[in-house]
Amino acid sequence: MKSKIKNAFEAVADINDGATVMIGGFMSCGSPEVLIDALVEKNVRNLTIISNDAGMPGRGVGKLLTNGQIKTLIASHVGLNPEVAERMNTNNESEQLKCILVPQGTLAEKIRAAGCGLGGFLTPTGVGTIVAEGKKVIMMNGKEYLLEEPLFADFSLIRGSVADEFGNILYNGTTRNFNPLMAMAAKHVIAGACEIVKTGTLEPNHIVTSGVFVDTIVGGEKVWSM
Amino acid sequence: MVDVKERIAKRVALEFNDGDVVNLGIGLPTMVANYIPEGVDIILQSENGIMGMGPEPERGYENKDIINAGAQHVTVNENAAFLDSATSFGLIRGSHVDVTVLGALEVDRYGNLSNWIIPGKLVPGMGGAMDLVVGAKKVIIAMLHTQKGKPKILDRCTLPYTAVHVIDKIITEMGVMEIQNEQIVLTEINTDYSIDDIQKATGCKIIVSKNLRKMDT
Repeated sequence: MKSKIKNAFEAVADINDGATVMIGGFMSCGSPEVLIDALVEKNVRNLTIISNDAGMPGRGVGKLLTNGQIKTLIASHVGLNPEVAERMNTNNESEQLKCILVPQGTLAEKIRAAGCGLGGFLTPTGVGTIVAEGKKVIMMNGKEYLLEEPLFADFSLIRGSVADEFGNILYNGTTRNFNPLMAMAAKHVIAGACEIVKTGTLEPNHIVTSGVFVDTIVGGEKVWSM
Repeated sequence: MVDVKERIAKRVALEFNDGDVVNLGIGLPTMVANYIPEGVDIILQSENGIMGMGPEPERGYENKDIINAGAQHVTVNENAAFLDSATSFGLIRGSHVDVTVLGALEVDRYGNLSNWIIPGKLVPGMGGAMDLVVGAKKVIIAMLHTQKGKPKILDRCTLPYTAVHVIDKIITEMGVMEIQNEQIVLTEINTDYSIDDIQKATGCKIIVSKNLRKMDT
């Protein structure tokens, strides 16, 4: 089998202007910083980024934001990165950031639904709020639910603590978060890993993400720190 | 101010039963974990993917890969499990969380909650709050009774809702209130305040419970 291991610049070579990219992590804990750095270096523009949050300035998704590469951000919480509000409120229309806020559980499930071949799902979250605007409300057994649709991407950038050469991945601690979901929801999946080991080294009982979802593996990720 | 918040946190801590799965919001609700009574063991959930969260680590002993939903380093207990975000919110929506404690910008007598956006001013996003209040079996709001004198407990929320008809209990420095039949019912009073004081600090009519008692701490 052809090796999936590449360097970060080769790995992101096919990500072009206007792409939709999912990025794993929660407040950049579990975000693939090496892959994000390569995207910053490549300087692709007008990206639609799907991520739990906007990271922080200089961290995670925050680096793409600072560099003005994000056109649309789909996230659940952006309050810890003040740059989001600045960029949403700028008068320069060409630089204006569009931010679509999605409840965190709904965001996770939309990504899961995409990866699992579901046409959508019914959730009680958001009923009676502005999140329900424009969405179908469906009554099931006397209770109201919103119909939420799946969310796909062209690329997913995920981060694993340990990956084998086939792409099987283990996640340490809370770095897992959205990564295993995003691994199934994009056409092309690039995994940044803290450690790459020979296939056969990892215990199959412990693997969270199967290597069949992973197209490209890049080493050099570091453990998260503030 | 610290004492007031401490008082609220201590009272909230009496709400749990042994074995409850509990999710605490950021800020005042996080303080509740410090006052859990002796003999009550709760299992703390953090929506970024921990079941069985422990206390803050000692400085220098942080596991860099373990944070809570407020992006602070935490420890995990020996019964802990790490979860992906879909499982974490699956268990939240699926009624596997017994109690969630959150702050609020506004609440009203219908049990509606507004705590995620001030249009034009503050747009942090809802994070996990909408899922938590819809999915948890019991929703407790822990907050200061007013915003610098301005009532936060209202006839109708004016800010966009986080969720509708979800609140069970409101605990403030003035007392404990329950939502019953679209009314705010005062069940416990902090005797530093009179019923009149509490009514003046509240934006809708307060019904005083027949069994009103002194606020526990």
